[in-house]
Order: sequence, then structure tokens, then C-alpha cells
Amino acid sequence: MAYSNKVVDHYENPRNVGSLPKDDVNVGTGLVGAPECGDVMKLQVKVNPETGVIDDAKFKTFGCGSAIASSSLATEWLKGKTVEQALAIKNTEIVAELSLPPVKIHCSVLAEDAIKAAIADYKKKQDEAKGVQPAAEHAQPSA
Amino acid sequence: MKLPIYMDYHATTPVDPRVLDAMMPYFREKFGNAASRNHPFGWEAEDAVEAARKQVADLIGANAKELIFTSGATESNNLAIKGVAEMYREKGNHIITCVTEHKAVIDTCKKLEKQGLRVTYLPVQKDGRIDLDELRAAITDKTILITIMTANNEIGVVQPIAEIGAIAKERGILFHTDAVQAVGKIPFDVNALKVDLVSISAHKIYGPKGVGALYVRRRNPRVLLAEQISGGGHERGMRSGTLNVTGIVGLGKAAELCRQDMEKDTERLRTLRDRLNQKLHENLDEIYINGSMEHRLLNISFAYVEGESLLMGINDVAVSSGSACTSASLEPSYVLKALGAGDDLAHSSIRFGLGRWTTDEEVDYVVDKLTKVVRRLREMSPLYEMVKEGVDLSKMQWVTH
Repeated sequence: MAYSNKVVDHYENPRNVGSLPKDDVNVGTGLVGAPECGDVMKLQVKVNPETGVIDDAKFKTFGCGSAIASSSLATEWLKGKTVEQALAIKNTEIVAELSLPPVKIHCSVLAEDAIKAAIADYKKKQDEAKGVQPAAEHAQPSA
Repeated sequence: MKLPIYMDYHATTPVDPRVLDAMMPYFREKFGNAASRNHPFGWEAEDAVEAARKQVADLIGANAKELIFTSGATESNNLAIKGVAEMYREKGNHIITCVTEHKAVIDTCKKLEKQGLRVTYLPVQKDGRIDLDELRAAITDKTILITIMTANNEIGVVQPIAEIGAIAKERGILFHTDAVQAVGKIPFDVNALKVDLVSISAHKIYGPKGVGALYVRRRNPRVLLAEQISGGGHERGMRSGTLNVTGIVGLGKAAELCRQDMEKDTERLRTLRDRLNQKLHENLDEIYINGSMEHRLLNISFAYVEGESLLMGINDVAVSSGSACTSASLEPSYVLKALGAGDDLAHSSIRFGLGRWTTDEEVDYVVDKLTKVVRRLREMSPLYEMVKEGVDLSKMQWVTH
């Protein structure tokens, strides 16, 4: 299979490989995929509590070149975004940026899932730190 | 050393220059149709085909009259299985095969199932071989054919062919073997092994693509096949179509060379294969051999690294992977899955196929390159990190997708 130059570049020079301290209250960790499916992504964000901006992002991926490239690209895009902006990242944008062929779209979906899982983990930790019940965040204000 | 390095000799092989030399005259001045009985052009072509038939027969201890030329082993497998199923329909309707067979056998059996035949797909044990007691138990009075491959194309496992042959003979059942990855590489004798039908391919043994053969036993028992390609009655009526004279000459020469050089080749390739295996084991932990070391291929899983990403990192080396990502179906190798190794190890597998022109230097280059890439990808692998932290991956709750 021929890869786009961008996929090859991310594979050969992956950005932001590594791990952040997962017990840090400002760090959110997302782990998605499964070994038997052939891809597992771990994506972490470190959020500045003052500004709500993602200061740092790291990943580790077990998967094909497109999966590695999707998660590498995701970490690049995450840095400097607010948590809300990060949640707006769509897998289709990753597909377009990396010119992923149809059989590799699931790699981009996994990257989007990883972003959402990392941020959900971050929010959960923040709520716990503030003593908020996890359910409260989603509760609708009563009329 | 020339790059890229070819280490996928079980997918196909280059034509040996001696084979090509033997073929060349039959493209030009000796271009006759082997079925032209009334002029020297035809006689010359026919003589060449008969000489090739003898060369192939000699490689497997057969009589030349027992060989039928085909377009390749896929056709040979189709002809053997469908030909028996049709010809012996009165006698029975049951075929026994195995889950790790090549698709040319599995899909042929599946097609017959749709036409009302019964097929038993025997499982394999951890070592990749079928259990002979399970084979015996699967036989019924309606069983007309057992088809079990000799050497597996992905994992190199050699099935107990002589034992299966003895069981088939005792029960009066025909025995076909897809011997594409064995004939020419390991000693193979149709009478010692008691096989009735054998599929052979030229391009796996340094012959050209598009030509193969089917051995069809003529005595004890005399095997009959319903032809699958009808026409001018070539090849004893079992396979019509103008003979591919150049290809057949190439197959014959390739077979002769394999017979002459088998001992020497086997020894040289075993040394190379052991060098590859030993050096990889010296450099890397958590690597696992899939299948067996009997054969000259080596299938290894590099745990915590996905196969396609591994291939991407060694893009000047041609090998195969059992990873789903390298197949059109997005399913990991069904052969590795059948061994019960776990899908994760199937995704991490690489098949190294060494052959006639593989050198020490190439093996060393591949080892170095692979070591670097595996280490780099493991640094990037969340699974490797978790294992090093003491996490038991099998106890994790994964979200499958």
C-alpha cells in the first residue's frame, strides 16, 4: 500500500511520543482500541488549569503507519487548543490532512475517540478534585 | 548488496537463469503446438513437453504418464478436488480438509458445500499439525477425499503426510495434497507417502508463473477425474487447452535443478535461516516463532509491535505479514489464528522467506534494520509500556472496534 508523504513523515518523525504523569490532576489519559484488533492508542493531554488551554499532548500507539500518523497529528493539533476546541476536532479533518484511503478511516476514528477519552478523563479528575459528583456536570438546570 | 532485498520466496521466486535459458528457444524457433501431430514443429514441442513431464515425475518418484500440466497450483487444486467430487459422486459426498489450507483448497471446498457436498475442516494443534485421531474419527463411509497440504505457506509446518496417506489407503479414500511449498524443497515421493493427487507450482521453485502440474495416480488405485476445462482432450482428457510449452519446459528444468541441488540448497538455507533466527533472538526480547522450524521459512511475531508499521520501517526489505492491515480483508491471518496464538500475535507477525539467492550479508542487514525498527516502535507502543509497568494485558478491558 502506498502512503501519503504526510503519513510517512509522521511515521518516521512522530511528534510528541511519550507519556505524561497519569496521576497528575491536570493530565487526562485516553486509551482506546484493542490489541486483537491491531491498534491501541494512548493519548494524553496536560491542561493549564488557569486558562483551560492544552499545554502539552503526548501519545503512544500500537498500530499501522496510518494509526501512528493519526495520533501524532492529533497531538500536534491539540497543543494550544482549549478543551472545548479540542472536542471539536473531527476524524474527517484527520482523513483530509493525511489523505487516508478508505480502509484507513478507522485509524482517524480511533484518534478522535482517543482525544475524547483523554478529555473525558481530564474532566472527571477535575470534578473529583473539586468534589463535584460526576453526574452533576451533565445535569440540566431545572426550569 | 543490492536494495531492496527480496525475502519473500514463499510468495514467489525469480526464474533461475538456467530455467530461462531452457525456455527461450520455445518462444521463437521451437514455437510449435504440442498437439500438432503431423509436422516437425509439433513433434519438437511434444518432445519438449514429454521431457519436462519426466523431469517433474522424477522429482516426486512418479511415472511421467501420471502428470498433467495446468496453469498453476490453484487450478491443480480445483481440478483435483472438484474432479474427484464430480467423478465419485455415486460413491460418496464427503471431503475432509483442514482449517490452515490455502484459499485455493478452502474456497474450492466451500463452493462444493454450496452444491450439496459435506466438508469437514479439521482443526490444527498448537504445532500446526492435524490430529490423526481426529482425522480417523472424521471419516465416514461417504468420505471420498482427504485433502491436506504438505507444507504450510505461512508457517512452514509440514503435515504428517505419510501417516495420512496410510490412513486414506486403509480406508480406500483418495488423498490429495497441495505440495506447492514442499515439492522441490524437501524429499517427496508419491509412493512412500501414499498420495493419489499432488498439486505442484513452477513459480515457487524458480520456474515461471502461470504453469503447474497435478500428479494423478494411475495404479493402485487408478484415479479418475471429471475434467473441469473441456475442449480438445489434451492431457488424457483431464485438462484441455493448448499446452503452455515454454512454461512447461521451464517447470521441467526448475524441477530438475531442485532435484540436483536439493541437499546443498537445504543445508545452505538452514544455515541462513538459523543465522536470522539466532541473531534476532540475541537482539530482541519477546519474539515468538509461529509454526515450525522444520522448513526454510521463518514466521516470527514481534510482540507489542504491529506488523504493517514494522513493514513500513523496513521498506527496503520485501517480506510478508499476517497483520490484518496488510490484507484486503482487514482480518489477521486465519492460519495464525488457527494455531491459537491470539489475534494480537497474528497482527505482529512477519514471514521471512529465504531462497536460492539469499546471502549472509542480506540476513545481517535485515536483522540490523529490524532490530532498530522494533526497538523504535516498542518505544512508541503503549502495550510495551504497560507490560514494562507490570500490567497484564490479557486482564485489561479493551474496547474492541
